[in-house]
Amino acid sequence: MIRYIVKRLVFAIPTLLAVLTLVFVLVRIVPGDPAQTILGDQASQEALQALRQRLGVDKPIFDQYVDFIKGALVGNWGESLVTGRPVLAEVWAVLPYTVDLTVAAILLGALIGIPLGTWSALHRNEAIDYATRVISLLGLSFPAFVSGILLLLAFAIELRWFPVISAGKLDDPVERLRNLTLPAINLGIIMAAYVTRVTRSSMLEVLGEDYIRTARAKGVPDRAVIWRHSLRNALIPVVTVVGLYLGILIGNSVLTEIVFNRPGLGKLIVGALNQRDYTMLQGLMVVYAFLIVAVNLITDLTYGFIDPRVKHG
Amino acid sequence: MSRAAAIGRRRGFSHALGELLRAFNTNVTSWIGLGIFLTIVLLAILAPVLAPYDPLEQNIVARLKGPSEQFWFGTDVYGRDILSRLLYGARVSLIIGTTATLIAMVVGSAIGILSGYVGGRVDLAIMQLMDVLMSFPTLIMGLMIVAVLGASMGNLIFAIALTAIAPFARIARAPTIAIKQRDYIEACRALGYSDLRIMAVHILPNVMAEIMVMGSLWLATSIRVEASLSFIGLGLKPPTPSWGGMVREGFEVILDNAWLSIFPSLAILLIIFALNMLGDGLRDAVDPKLRGGE
Repeated sequence: MIRYIVKRLVFAIPTLLAVLTLVFVLVRIVPGDPAQTILGDQASQEALQALRQRLGVDKPIFDQYVDFIKGALVGNWGESLVTGRPVLAEVWAVLPYTVDLTVAAILLGALIGIPLGTWSALHRNEAIDYATRVISLLGLSFPAFVSGILLLLAFAIELRWFPVISAGKLDDPVERLRNLTLPAINLGIIMAAYVTRVTRSSMLEVLGEDYIRTARAKGVPDRAVIWRHSLRNALIPVVTVVGLYLGILIGNSVLTEIVFNRPGLGKLIVGALNQRDYTMLQGLMVVYAFLIVAVNLITDLTYGFIDPRVKHG
Repeated sequence: MSRAAAIGRRRGFSHALGELLRAFNTNVTSWIGLGIFLTIVLLAILAPVLAPYDPLEQNIVARLKGPSEQFWFGTDVYGRDILSRLLYGARVSLIIGTTATLIAMVVGSAIGILSGYVGGRVDLAIMQLMDVLMSFPTLIMGLMIVAVLGASMGNLIFAIALTAIAPFARIARAPTIAIKQRDYIEACRALGYSDLRIMAVHILPNVMAEIMVMGSLWLATSIRVEASLSFIGLGLKPPTPSWGGMVREGFEVILDNAWLSIFPSLAILLIIFALNMLGDGLRDAVDPKLRGGE
């Protein structure tokens, strides 16, 4: 197991470098002078030169690349052009909100999606299965801002059960939960739609395996066949898929934070966009790069942990 | 032309078409999805004929009117007719979505087929690059590109297409690897056909079905990303109507005028749902693994 973990860790390094390189390329594809873009046409030569120096874009492109990668690896992710605070500090300040939302969404997604997918698979091609399939397809068709707006209209504006602006303090647990509910439901139902579909198809595959037939032939009760023999094996791909859909979750959380006016990583991005804070944007991309690589790593490790075949294969 | 090569080629084209047609007939939802999608396309094309008002014409007297006989879906902050803007806005979503998806489809499939056909280290390097491209969340990457390049139709198409190339490369590569070992490809090589000809005439038709299914699903994603970017404020500049942009404008006055954001929201949901129904039904029928399980 240790060897497997070390191997995975070593493999993650080139991936991280590649993702960081992609970030660098994405930030630099803008034609022309970034200082000019930020300051506009009216800027003086001195101001432009000063900003170029601050951004480090007066150096040759290769030096910029090396500086960028070095900085990213040692945790120097740059500072905001607007507030002057380090990107890391800005991210740290909103991290609890993002963690709350992400964890709640994944939990909701699993709590709704896994039983629903299993139920649907066990009643394959019956009315309930068709209904689940259509509803889950509808669920994953929702852009997060559309579902968010509908939830906001119904539960915050019409019924007034929840606040319209979910930017409360974190120290009051009741307040925290009230602020979290609608955004979490919004992300959670979309997540649930994906989980339902994956659980269903994975469960169908497992139910067709020889060992399930054997178990049934041996007279193992239905309940045990479903819980012990099928679901446990069917959940292996579900774990991976949750990892894969993290990308969708990240994108959706940006939209959710806008709709519910909730602090978080996504809100930071949008703020940086509006203020043309390019260093902040670049820093946030580095944060995402690390996040993506970390999640891929965790997914890989979990996979190896649950399924011994992966570890030794 | 040798017999094996001829058979491979003929079977290739009819095979892909037949597979798609059969897929259609096994699944009612595909038909419903296609029907809704084509209706929206038709409405978008006929927008100049159908729209009751000019989508850009401001009418200060009639601003923020609710749905009525005169304005079916109401009017916005500038008194512009929502229905007319929806009809014209469909054009923006469809043009950006389809162009981006088509570009990704062509470029991605070409990369995938080439990578699978050539194999070896080149294949490994290309696929690693594709994995990195794919690891970045679609919306975040699109957002980044449009943010640095500026929001124009060309840049939006470029950004969305770039995020969709990798999945197409992957889906085209897998069957290519299986097909290139078949006898008829060997026969083509023996006949001295160029690699380009083998890839274009003898391999491409065989991976077409998968690519088309992926295309319909990615069209849904492209439209969703375009709408999301517009909602964030990175869409086409006003006053051009786009569905995501309309939701954004409506969202600013949501407390008193809910319909402004509801109608474009439902339009976006409808087109994405229709395309997902279409693609999902097709995938179930085309995917041999799922077909075996059904």
